[in-house]
Amino acid sequence: MNMNAQSRLQETLSKGEFAVTAECGPPRGANPEVVRKKGELLKGYVDAVNVTDNQTAIVRMSSIAACSHLLQMGLEPVMQMVTRDRNRIALQSDIMGAYSLGIKNILCLSGDHQSFGSQPDALNVFDIDSMNLIRTVQTMRDQGKDMSGFELNGPPRMFIGAAANPFADPFEYRVIRLAKKIDAGADFIQTQCIYNMDRFKEWMKMARDEGLTEKVHILGGVTPLKSAGMAKFMNNKVAGMDVPEPLIKRMAGVPKEKAVEEGINICLETIAELRDIEGVHGVHIMAIEWEEIVGQIVESAGLTPRP
Amino acid sequence: MIVAEQKPLSEIKEIIAPYKKILILGCGTCVKTCFAGGEDEVAVLASALRLACKKDGKKIEIEELTIERQCEDEFIRESAPAVSRSEGVLSLACGAGVQALARRFARTPVLPGVNTTFIGVLEKQGVFTEECSGCGNCRLDIFGGICPVTRCAKKLLNGPCGGSQNGKCEINPETDCAWQLIIDRLKALGQMDNLRKYIPPKNWSTSLSGGPRKLVREDHMI
Repeated sequence: MNMNAQSRLQETLSKGEFAVTAECGPPRGANPEVVRKKGELLKGYVDAVNVTDNQTAIVRMSSIAACSHLLQMGLEPVMQMVTRDRNRIALQSDIMGAYSLGIKNILCLSGDHQSFGSQPDALNVFDIDSMNLIRTVQTMRDQGKDMSGFELNGPPRMFIGAAANPFADPFEYRVIRLAKKIDAGADFIQTQCIYNMDRFKEWMKMARDEGLTEKVHILGGVTPLKSAGMAKFMNNKVAGMDVPEPLIKRMAGVPKEKAVEEGINICLETIAELRDIEGVHGVHIMAIEWEEIVGQIVESAGLTPRP
Repeated sequence: MIVAEQKPLSEIKEIIAPYKKILILGCGTCVKTCFAGGEDEVAVLASALRLACKKDGKKIEIEELTIERQCEDEFIRESAPAVSRSEGVLSLACGAGVQALARRFARTPVLPGVNTTFIGVLEKQGVFTEECSGCGNCRLDIFGGICPVTRCAKKLLNGPCGGSQNGKCEINPETDCAWQLIIDRLKALGQMDNLRKYIPPKNWSTSLSGGPRKLVREDHMI
């Protein structure tokens, strides 16, 4: 892990504290108030806020701009960046631009395929993949060079994140892929939403056996369920998501007006379990368009005040 | 082979609308093999168009011809007399064939009758799958003979994305996840070490991204 990067998220993690990050989806429009409102809801409850980059391939305010709004409010953003929409020239340029604005964390992703979005006719780019992007940011930071080897006037000292999905197939390859991301330069990992705790623990054990938890900070992903319908939808319709049957039944087993509460209970139980797993250094709360619940979850989990 | 698909009749009717005398020109190579533009398809399309125009009360003369290859001038020349008798040529060859005809016949409009789709293989009778993007820089050696540039929807070079489930691609449950295939194959070949290797960014300058490509074989030039 690089010692020169200066983000607060990195500080928290390197001190060995259990970190909390959350997610903020920018609006489908140019209104900065939406971002500020979400920022207000998260302030004081998280170490950093992930700002998504046209998630599910739906056009939104750019991640860089939304990150900048959060920065002005005193929040620390994690800029998500996908390789779907920009070639290597634009990616490197935006990384430098983002750092110049004070953005110090990046999450390197390939991105959801455009066929899921509102403009499936779009051309995708995928000039490089997420692994290449991680290595690119690392090279820019540690060697101060762009992909052509040109020496940069002011290297972007980003704290580098990557995603991991322990629930996708083929399972045995998932840890190899994690190792590759760490070798490429990932400092921290944020995982897909964890509902299948058995499988997550198995994946963590494999990661520990390979010595990977010594090299990287893993933040377990959680998303509070709102209803049994949502649980079923995520299991059946969202690629790479695994919501076990007993959990769906548990959500269906409570009266409708109690479903939200039950979803939060499950989320809190998951967070409590995550804190006990060796090698898990934090939690990443993805309350999709439900930012107001994050504070309650963090507080109930006994993780306040933050930072 | 190059795989193509005949355009819908309604679109072809629109394309040929300005002309009263057309030549439907088939190609006896790739598009014949994929049932889009060989002799048989020329005949069927000609009959269908004659019927459709009759129904619409439009007078049209349709001539039919199929040559061996529309991408080689030597064969194209055989079609010159028929082309000169027509106001327009509806080519059932791939896009290369259409353009080679246009290059040869300066005064006759050449119209596409098929959509050229991909370089693929006949998976089974009636099913064609895309296998190659013609990127000009083949690394099938490290991917167990399965191309992620073409067969992974995100062109990922360093392993499957988080959307690979039960061996299928997230964008279409009918599509195999290329990376599942690569992993299965490398396992069978005892080359799992390839999966741990970091694959650097691809050099796209040899692909269409570098501009239209030209291959010069001086040893074959006369």
